[in-house]
Amino acid sequence: MSVLASNLPTPKMPAVLVPAVAVVRSWKTPIVLGVFAVIAVVLFLIFGRSGTSRLALSTPSDFFQIPVIPVNTRLAGIIVPLLLVVIAVVAAVLVSRARKVPLWLVAVFAVLFLFVFLVWSSAGQTIPIAGLLVGAVGVSVPLIFGALGGVISERVGVVNVAIEGQLLAGAFVSALVASITRQPLLGLLAAMVAGTLVSFVLAAFSIKYLVDQVIVGVVLNVLVTGLTSFLYSTLLSPNTETLNSPPRFQRIQIPLLSEIPVIGPVLFRQTIIVYLMYIAVFAVWYGLFHTRWGLRLRSSGEHPQAADTVGINVNRTRFWNVSLAGAIAGLGGAYFTLGSVGGFTKEMTAGAGFIALAAVIFGRWDPIRATLAALLFGFATNLQSVLGIIGSPIPSEFLLMLPYLITIFAVAGLGGRVQPPAASGKAYEKP
Amino acid sequence: MSDPQSGVPVPGSEEIPDPARIPAQDQVLEPGQIPAEQTPPPAPPSRFSGVLREIMSGSVVISILAVVLALVVGAILIAVTDDGVREASGYFFSRPSDTFQAIWSAVSGAYSSLFQGSIYAVNRPGFAAGIKPFTDTLTFATPLIAAGLGVAVSFRIGLFNIGGRGPMLMSASAAGWVGFAFDMPFPLHLIVALAAGIIASAIWAGIVGALKAFTGAHEVIVTIMLNYVAFYLISYLLRTPGLLQAPGSNNPKSPPEKATAIFPHLLGPSYNLTIGFVFAVVATIIVWYLLNRSSLGFKFRALGENPSATRVAGINVKAMYIVGMLISGALIGLAGANQVQGSITTGFGSGIDAGIGFDAITVALLGRSRPFGVFIAGILFGAFKAGGFAMQAIEGVPIDIVLVLQSLIVLFIAAPPLVRAVFRLPAPNLQARVKRSSVSGRKAVVTK
Repeated sequence: MSVLASNLPTPKMPAVLVPAVAVVRSWKTPIVLGVFAVIAVVLFLIFGRSGTSRLALSTPSDFFQIPVIPVNTRLAGIIVPLLLVVIAVVAAVLVSRARKVPLWLVAVFAVLFLFVFLVWSSAGQTIPIAGLLVGAVGVSVPLIFGALGGVISERVGVVNVAIEGQLLAGAFVSALVASITRQPLLGLLAAMVAGTLVSFVLAAFSIKYLVDQVIVGVVLNVLVTGLTSFLYSTLLSPNTETLNSPPRFQRIQIPLLSEIPVIGPVLFRQTIIVYLMYIAVFAVWYGLFHTRWGLRLRSSGEHPQAADTVGINVNRTRFWNVSLAGAIAGLGGAYFTLGSVGGFTKEMTAGAGFIALAAVIFGRWDPIRATLAALLFGFATNLQSVLGIIGSPIPSEFLLMLPYLITIFAVAGLGGRVQPPAASGKAYEKP
Repeated sequence: MSDPQSGVPVPGSEEIPDPARIPAQDQVLEPGQIPAEQTPPPAPPSRFSGVLREIMSGSVVISILAVVLALVVGAILIAVTDDGVREASGYFFSRPSDTFQAIWSAVSGAYSSLFQGSIYAVNRPGFAAGIKPFTDTLTFATPLIAAGLGVAVSFRIGLFNIGGRGPMLMSASAAGWVGFAFDMPFPLHLIVALAAGIIASAIWAGIVGALKAFTGAHEVIVTIMLNYVAFYLISYLLRTPGLLQAPGSNNPKSPPEKATAIFPHLLGPSYNLTIGFVFAVVATIIVWYLLNRSSLGFKFRALGENPSATRVAGINVKAMYIVGMLISGALIGLAGANQVQGSITTGFGSGIDAGIGFDAITVALLGRSRPFGVFIAGILFGAFKAGGFAMQAIEGVPIDIVLVLQSLIVLFIAAPPLVRAVFRLPAPNLQARVKRSSVSGRKAVVTK
């Protein structure tokens, strides 16, 4: 098992789970670990299944092939839950001696839990690990763009509940423009413009007219839903060939890198939108924490009076950065039409914007953590569809519920520690 | 609270320790007259109350103009997307009158069918047939009023409740389950099913209040997440034989309600209006009494205005959050039960909430979170819904435009300066807007 754990292509999964449990200096960590250990014992040991699970790590076009790894389901279901119990006990002992539970222990716990869960639910089947991860990244792309938009917007002091609207507007306009011009790149640009327009309304109403930002966000979501659905019914739907059949981006294979097993297909055989996403995540992180722009942005959201005192025009900073946030979220919307589905349908974002919002909070307003949270949500969603295909013993609805439940636990469990930017949600008026 | 001559809020008037000042309901007794705003300390939960007050302080004129403005935008949308208009605009410069005629016929056709579908059908013979659309409006308004009241109660305690959908789904399935799985005599079955729905919904919303009270979890996130959890839970129950799924069927749908649990028709079988509307009226009156005449309501409003002061005053804030959300959920539960016992009695699927949970937010905002305001807003949105279906059927204008109209109305009402600018209304006396707080910097806005 330990060999497998080191081979597993999920070095980022533990990092994803870390914010949920690792940072709390209290009994919360051992309690959470204990609960999951008990779940593991009940599910995998007591209700253990027999058979052999095969983990397929390679895809046929890889540089070299990793053989399919067979795992005895029953054996894994006995050993791993016991290991989990041991880790939980160790954590409890550490806390009782007033020491912090090390991060890597939680990470090992998470990887082991995920591993035994996969093995347990795929008894007698083959799990395409690479395919699972490729799909997870695909589902995560709009969430990540939306979360980045949310992070920027909230860091500058404007709560962005309108991510859903920005995604939807981006999806609609990119489909329309790309269909008319036959240029997916123009569609991408148009999606950014559309997201920015939604942001303009959010910014204008919340900054100029001092309307509550959450209200504007909620109403904007309804407005964009209504507008796109209306225009879809009247314009796009009757003229599908001319207005709603956008060319899709082709997958670009990066030479050499794309042939690495597991990592290659997951990260380097993607469309240009995904590569843009890598750049965006890095740029937002670097910009926020290492440039003058980021400092001004964050100061406007943390302490606008202080920012104003040192000569930053708070409301102008807010306006343009909220617009930027809309442009980024709009890109995520384009992924729906130009990257995956290829054509607009009514309400096609289906709540992705709200999940992105949850990722922002779950990721504690940090671009990297929010990205990881979005990946976790994407992974959970895609895990459900993969397990649905191979026939999981857990009803798919409960797997679909998982990201939402995790978020509730995170928001409730870390309530004291999840601190939004201090002035987020408050209109600023120059005194 | 303001100087009668200049309309300038009297400085220091908010310092008067007058407990009657705290209730927001007292603030809008006269249109155009807005008392000086209290400036709560920058406590995070109260950020919402400022805008609520902004909305509440909009005068009737602003509200009407907001509706007009939204209808104008809707008219532009209808005209732009109309086939006849596009054809005529192709030769606009040779015969511009054709274009205008096409625009007029498209817009007037759409809005007249909106009116005839929601208020009075002019071309039907006799009053009894002509007024049927209005009873449809009331039918559509029933769940909107109930759920809108529920959301309004949570707004008044300062919680931004986006979770209309979750409680609605829970109540619809609980009421529906009691309605189809048990055998009871007529009025008892109806009442038990209704009570089951209300209790289920109250518990679901109460979770939000409890999490808010004990962990400080942000209610926006929790309500959104619980909406999805409820949706998937109901989806699972509906597709699992032996739970909510109709026996012998493969569809994720419940069996039909038993006749003993169905709301009886109010005006005879030729109208769809059921006794559910009476429940909504009663609920409105109860909420009015609760908020404006009871000590519990006073505590609610105090909490919504200023949680810190409420805590200092010795009111149990945690208990108020929980009780408030329980009541909010109970009211939303009435809407959910009405869906299965009144509207769709032939068995329900996971879409039984029909978006009412989200519409309720806009209804509550439009109604300024006050019971009778919500009642009127609910009827207005009910009219949009009833008329929207007629408009879609007769004129081919998709009902989605109703969403556009509704959201625009709320946006415009929330921003009176914008409406004033559009209609070139006189700006409020500049001097009247000068009063500012040194703490939060929020202006005292005088609308008129």
